Amino acid sequence: MSDKSKIMIGVENVNKWYDDFHVLKNINLTVREGERIVIAGPSGSGKSTLIRCINRLEAHQQGRIIVDGVELTDDLKRIDAVRREVGMVFQQFNLFPHMSVLDNCTLAPIWVRKMPKDEAEALAMKYLERVKIPEQATKFPGQLSGGQQQRVAIARARCMQPKIMQFDEPTSALDPEMIKEVLDVMVELALDGMTMVCVTHEMGFARQVANRVVFMDQGEIVEEAEPETFFSSPKNERTKAFLAQIL
Amino acid sequence: MTAVKWAHKNLFSGVWNTILTLAAIYLIAVAVPAIFDWMIFSAVWTGDSRAACLVPDAGACWPFVTANLKQFIYGRYPDAELWRVNLTFALGLAGLVPILIPSMPAKRWNLIYLVVAYPLIAIVLLAGDRPGLVGVETSLWGGLLVTLVVAITGIVVSLPLGVLLALGRRSEMPVIRMLSIGFIEFWRAVPLITVLFMASVMLPLFLPEGVSFDNLLRCLIGVALFSSAYMAEVVRGGLQAIPRGQYEAARAVGMSYWQTMGQIILPQALRHVIPGIVNTFIGLFKDTTLVLIVGIFDLLGQVRAQLSDPTWIVPQGATTGYVFAALVFWLFCFGMSRYSVFMERRLDTGHGKN
Repeated sequence: MSDKSKIMIGVENVNKWYDDFHVLKNINLTVREGERIVIAGPSGSGKSTLIRCINRLEAHQQGRIIVDGVELTDDLKRIDAVRREVGMVFQQFNLFPHMSVLDNCTLAPIWVRKMPKDEAEALAMKYLERVKIPEQATKFPGQLSGGQQQRVAIARARCMQPKIMQFDEPTSALDPEMIKEVLDVMVELALDGMTMVCVTHEMGFARQVANRVVFMDQGEIVEEAEPETFFSSPKNERTKAFLAQIL
Repeated sequence: MTAVKWAHKNLFSGVWNTILTLAAIYLIAVAVPAIFDWMIFSAVWTGDSRAACLVPDAGACWPFVTANLKQFIYGRYPDAELWRVNLTFALGLAGLVPILIPSMPAKRWNLIYLVVAYPLIAIVLLAGDRPGLVGVETSLWGGLLVTLVVAITGIVVSLPLGVLLALGRRSEMPVIRMLSIGFIEFWRAVPLITVLFMASVMLPLFLPEGVSFDNLLRCLIGVALFSSAYMAEVVRGGLQAIPRGQYEAARAVGMSYWQTMGQIILPQALRHVIPGIVNTFIGLFKDTTLVLIVGIFDLLGQVRAQLSDPTWIVPQGATTGYVFAALVFWLFCFGMSRYSVFMERRLDTGHGKN
């Protein structure tokens, strides 16, 4: 990835506390257009908090976060502008259980992008086909398997046509046999050139698609490297210990 | 055989169970025939004065009810104007029935008619201080008319106001939250009778000389605000059952607060609390009888008033009147209850599992 491409996410000296607990410590991270970043680390290391700060589901207290040229502050208009451009996929899918799969996908384009209904439905069907479940469009989330629900969640996020997609442990709540179907969809998304930030423990996925792997521990970015280097010759002791456990 | 087996298993499976079963059978055997006898077989059905009911061992005195039915439904509303009340009832039913049937189309217009247009029409028709209509003072209103006016006003105001208060109580804006909490806790902590007394007796003392507004209207406002506070807490219970992930998913696609609430949170939260909402409606419906205390004659008040009618003073008059009032209240409340059960089942299947 050349240094000339546009910076999509800039995180500068970000600090965050939960009361006394220092959850993010001097975080610096730059994500350029088309880059795919995997954030790994033990639980409680602050990796989920970091990506939740990037679309302001949580607020940071110090430093700056700039997404697609917009700095995140308390200004609600800016926050909504950023959120429109950052798709988010959650560990627990968070589909809307009272709506059909199709309505889940068309809701935000219709209400937020003010897209006509038929156009939104065509778009939704296109992305449901991309995640290989167009035939489930009329079902309700509760009638789908976990893997299918997560694929719907990916389609739902894509329907907003975001510039960036963030994944918060997308496969952690899934049964093992369903992990692959979700990862396949994510790999395909990467091949489309989407800018992606993924918090995941799937190291195979990291090796396959990531441009960079960021290792976090105790609220700090400990190591940041291309996957090749990261897996074969980690520098930091904490990285080595983590990799020894997980691989 | 199966009936015997069933009885053995469910009614006589042990000593204690057998005793309870026999006791229950005894109670039923004593009470049910007596009730039926009083209400139907020994009851007096026709007659035009108290003499008809003054027979030895007579049951209910139904002619008392039929002769006073007009008062029970309309109160002292002038005879010549009764068509206006009937028309109001009919227009209300015309709006209510289609909205209760899920397959009927145009729900949005139906709702606008019921919540916006109908109340205005009803006020004009019932009070009638308009050219072409004779004004009818609310002090002449009574009976079922007043019961329905108070109950429906309470229901129509308390649900939206309760939703707003519940949202306000969970708001991140301190002023809004404090005001909502203050409102809810004030109205919940005061007995409804006190509210009605305040509205009817004390409020006029605080108003400037010459300014007055209708006694019934004051009670309507009191009842509506009172029930809104209860409704707010029911709705808040539903809001708390919605996982945080639902808010986050909605906010993450850039939906605004009101879009999130209107599209995602409230449709789920209200569905969870249908039993609680209907419970509040039913409670409100029955609490309307308290307006009697400030000199407004609802159905129960009107029944009591007619008891002193010299034409109909009979020993069983009070019981007959109260049983009649109870039956009417039971019909309305049971109807609401059944409808809510129907709605819950329907919504449950409509949304699949989860």
